[in-house]
Amino acid sequence: MMPEQFPIAFLFIIAGLIVAFIPQGRGRVSFTMLVPIFAAWMIWNLQPGVYGQVEFFGLPMEMMRVDKLSTIFGLVFCLASFIGNLYAWHVRDTVQQVAALLYAGSAIGAVFAGDLVTLFIYWEGTALASVFLIWARRTEGAYYTGLRYLIIQVGSGVILLAGIVLLHGETGSITFEKMTLGSLATWLIFLAFGIKCAFPLLHNWLQDSYPAATITGTVILSAFTTKLAVYALARGFPGTEILIYIGAVMTLFPIFFAEIENDLRRVLAYSLNNQLGFMVVGIGIGTELSLNGTAAHAFAHILYKGLLFMSVGAVMYRTGTSKASELGGLYRTMPITAICCLVGAASISAFPLFSGFVSKSLILDASASNGYTLVWIALVFASAGVLSHSGIKIPFFAFFAHDSGKRPKEAPTHMLIAMVFTAFLCIFIGVFPEPLYALLPYPVDFQPYTTSHVVGQLQLLLFALLAFCVLMRTGIHPPEIRAINLDSDWTYRKFAPMVITKIAAVFSSVWTYQTTFWLGTFDRIVEGFYHSHGPEGRIARVWPTGAMVLWIAILLAGTLLVSFY
Amino acid sequence: MSIEISAISDFSRHLPVLQVMVPFVAAPLCVLLNSRSLAWLIAFIASIAAFGISMLLLAQVIDGSVISYHMGGWAPPLGIEYRVDAANAFLLLIVSGIGAIVLLYARASVEAEIAPKNHILFYACYLLCLTGMLGVVITGDAFNVFVFLEISSLSTYVLVALGANRDKRALTAAYDYLIMGTIGATFFVIGIGLLYVSTGTLNMADLAVRIAEQGDNRTIRTALAFIVVGMGLKVAIYPLHLWLPNAYTYAPSAVTSFLAATATKVAVYVLLRFMFTIFQPAYLFEARTLEFIILPFALIAMFAASFVAIFQNDVKRLFAYSSIAQIGYMLLGISIVTKTGLTATIIHLFNHGITKGALFMALGAITLKTGSSFLDRLRGMGKLMPWTSAAIVIAGLSLIGVPGTAGFISKWVLVEGAIEKGWWWVAILVVASSLLAVIYVWKLIEVLYLSEPANGITKGEAPLTMMIPIWILALACIFFGLNTDVTLTAASTAAESLLGVAR
Repeated sequence: MMPEQFPIAFLFIIAGLIVAFIPQGRGRVSFTMLVPIFAAWMIWNLQPGVYGQVEFFGLPMEMMRVDKLSTIFGLVFCLASFIGNLYAWHVRDTVQQVAALLYAGSAIGAVFAGDLVTLFIYWEGTALASVFLIWARRTEGAYYTGLRYLIIQVGSGVILLAGIVLLHGETGSITFEKMTLGSLATWLIFLAFGIKCAFPLLHNWLQDSYPAATITGTVILSAFTTKLAVYALARGFPGTEILIYIGAVMTLFPIFFAEIENDLRRVLAYSLNNQLGFMVVGIGIGTELSLNGTAAHAFAHILYKGLLFMSVGAVMYRTGTSKASELGGLYRTMPITAICCLVGAASISAFPLFSGFVSKSLILDASASNGYTLVWIALVFASAGVLSHSGIKIPFFAFFAHDSGKRPKEAPTHMLIAMVFTAFLCIFIGVFPEPLYALLPYPVDFQPYTTSHVVGQLQLLLFALLAFCVLMRTGIHPPEIRAINLDSDWTYRKFAPMVITKIAAVFSSVWTYQTTFWLGTFDRIVEGFYHSHGPEGRIARVWPTGAMVLWIAILLAGTLLVSFY
Repeated sequence: MSIEISAISDFSRHLPVLQVMVPFVAAPLCVLLNSRSLAWLIAFIASIAAFGISMLLLAQVIDGSVISYHMGGWAPPLGIEYRVDAANAFLLLIVSGIGAIVLLYARASVEAEIAPKNHILFYACYLLCLTGMLGVVITGDAFNVFVFLEISSLSTYVLVALGANRDKRALTAAYDYLIMGTIGATFFVIGIGLLYVSTGTLNMADLAVRIAEQGDNRTIRTALAFIVVGMGLKVAIYPLHLWLPNAYTYAPSAVTSFLAATATKVAVYVLLRFMFTIFQPAYLFEARTLEFIILPFALIAMFAASFVAIFQNDVKRLFAYSSIAQIGYMLLGISIVTKTGLTATIIHLFNHGITKGALFMALGAITLKTGSSFLDRLRGMGKLMPWTSAAIVIAGLSLIGVPGTAGFISKWVLVEGAIEKGWWWVAILVVASSLLAVIYVWKLIEVLYLSEPANGITKGEAPLTMMIPIWILALACIFFGLNTDVTLTAASTAAESLLGVAR
């Protein structure tokens, strides 16, 4: 088999099997880090084309479809896998190590899938592998969260499969190409992608599961599943207008939740959702510029979101909590982590010279230049929101704010290396965007550092910063007593207290109402079925022989009846 | 040299009769030699030989040709004819293959579950049961089907009753099965009698010709109704399934594995043979039977039996109900009538055979340690018997129809067949009912892996003679999920040969 014929995903899967046989320790962890490097090298050397064609069951399958869109996602997945495994150097848990490799492998396999059946197989692969990162926390809460996560993810796969089967019935083809919404088949596929992409109202699994995973698990989870969905949408539905509006809503609504959330990892999960919105808008616009923007933003996003999760994870590793109310003042003893967190925050807020700026500008520009003014305004507003909840809230409450009195040690060395490396990449991309642009699917003729971009962005950011400072100053200056943390959290909410609480209250009451309604209905249905089908139920009871004879008679009569008339 | 060649060609000419005679002769041999260790050995050798013969036969007919063997040199329709085409050669392979694998497993299992004085009896009955099934499948004579069916049924009743050493309820289960099975066989033979009355022949090919010539009449229609209902009982069509859960639950593990993987499959085959070779779906009365009797009950089985399975506490019983649901899929394939539909049925016969075989064998291996197959006794066995439990997971995935396993292939073909026919709603129901399988398989996996082991059970696997057959079938579930050349070709050739006369 020629090297390029070898599906990259198999590399991870084989490595995942080998890992279990390497003695636990540094050797094994180093091995898990080498795999993504080697894979990235292989991807880098791949020539565009279609490889690994096999006939499965009469269907032509393309294990490896290499073009620029799949390559950039493949590369960044390798990078994320490498960083994640480095960050997890201290973990001595076989389940997590194997799951992380299989998960990355499935995601990469899906990205290179040239047909929908291959896509489906890896699609389910990501679901199955990733749930172990949640279960690896080994608490009862994590178990049930994982189960909910798995049901939704596998459900997405089942919907995808249904769509594929229908599509195959309609067109006789299973190649994974651009589709247009219209038939039931394409809607089902779209819905399956949408669930993984955490479209509004389909998003709850994300905030539910990511904060429930292990510290390292969250870092790894944050990279793959949703970005795989972004890739799938970019491949399958570029230029689908409805995506623009879905994306715009996605950028906006998590802001409110992120603002009032106390658990920093959950804040990050909400902001992840919001960042996905930008990418979805880019896909919806569907021009070369905007698709470039989506790919670039996904690339940058995986890095800075990983960085933020890593820094919050490091805090959690040292202090045992990620609750804003229990943290603060950690910059004294965790300075490097704090700086890395700030870099991540600056990147996600799209400060000039940081990675978010060079990627987000592409999408913003595309939306403005294609006449989606309202959408553009929504995105700008959302950018300000990002600054407030991720850019300021995360580092502020974790590392500054008011001293929590905690004096944890600085993060372990391997975590620091992983974070500094990622932070370096964030800045490097921000300063020298050309290498990233060269990887994008379409030729790039774009200059992020024009006066209008920089000034516009700075205005936005500085004004938001100013607003925050003014509020912090003139609002209620938190007294320096032990109760302050909750206090400052509360003042922070004063930013827009009435509106947000109201919105959240309405949302949550609707949510609670409909959840209890459906759960109640479900319980009643199950009960009914148990009554009839349970071990003592009508259907399952051991019937006397006479009943059986009666049935034979009935069936015979029925058969005779239909034969004669 | 020439003698040798003629000996070989003689041998290969007589393969069809050897297929049945080898186990048939071996059965009394077991009893006559009266030695427990020899009995197993003879049975095992005989089953391996039968398996080899079935492979040779399939190789001869996979291209679509037909072997016709005249018993005692009497030409049909007067004499009894053994007729091998792709459809029954594939079935022979399934039955004899499972028969051999389960026998390997049976040695340790029988040792533990059946009273020593009955061991020889067990192997003899097992061989007779195998003989009966092979005979039902290979024969081209309608009455001969009945004879072999009785051979296999009577020995099955004994085999089920042998579970009494472990649980006395096996006796009532066997007795109920005896009563119901006899009623079914009676209906079947009444149907054949009606056919004979109106056509004057018992040879299947001849029957087909004569029915086509003289057109249908009330006698022939009634014959079909009796045959469908009588054989439907053996198939365990939904409301006629009442014998199955108890028989499977209380029979010894080896017997359950063997029956679940073969017995109902053979009955489905007979149904196929009568509906497609002797009668034609083109006859309006048969088409109506398929549409108004087989199809609705197949759909009901898919759901009702799955729901029952979900709520079961005894895993053996759980899988028994799951079998009833899976039979629903096979019948659904028949009622689609197209080539794809029949291919789905035939390939599901095979795929479900290996899946259920693996599941019941692995379950038997676990019950050997736990003493019971109730869910709460299986807690944490994933840690105590990792290999056996892993086999259950693989086979469980195949039962659900997860891609990459054999079960997926059959479901895919079935859905394809339904869609080809334009039955969207049926395709959706198939997928929906697979979700029910997810629930009950998950229930088992959760108990095996995610709960703490009960006290007093030590870590350790079943003996190797049980592990090997379990894993052969578990790996087969994966192998035939990835490599579909053999199964799909065989199944679609079989479907063609069944539909052949219709075209």
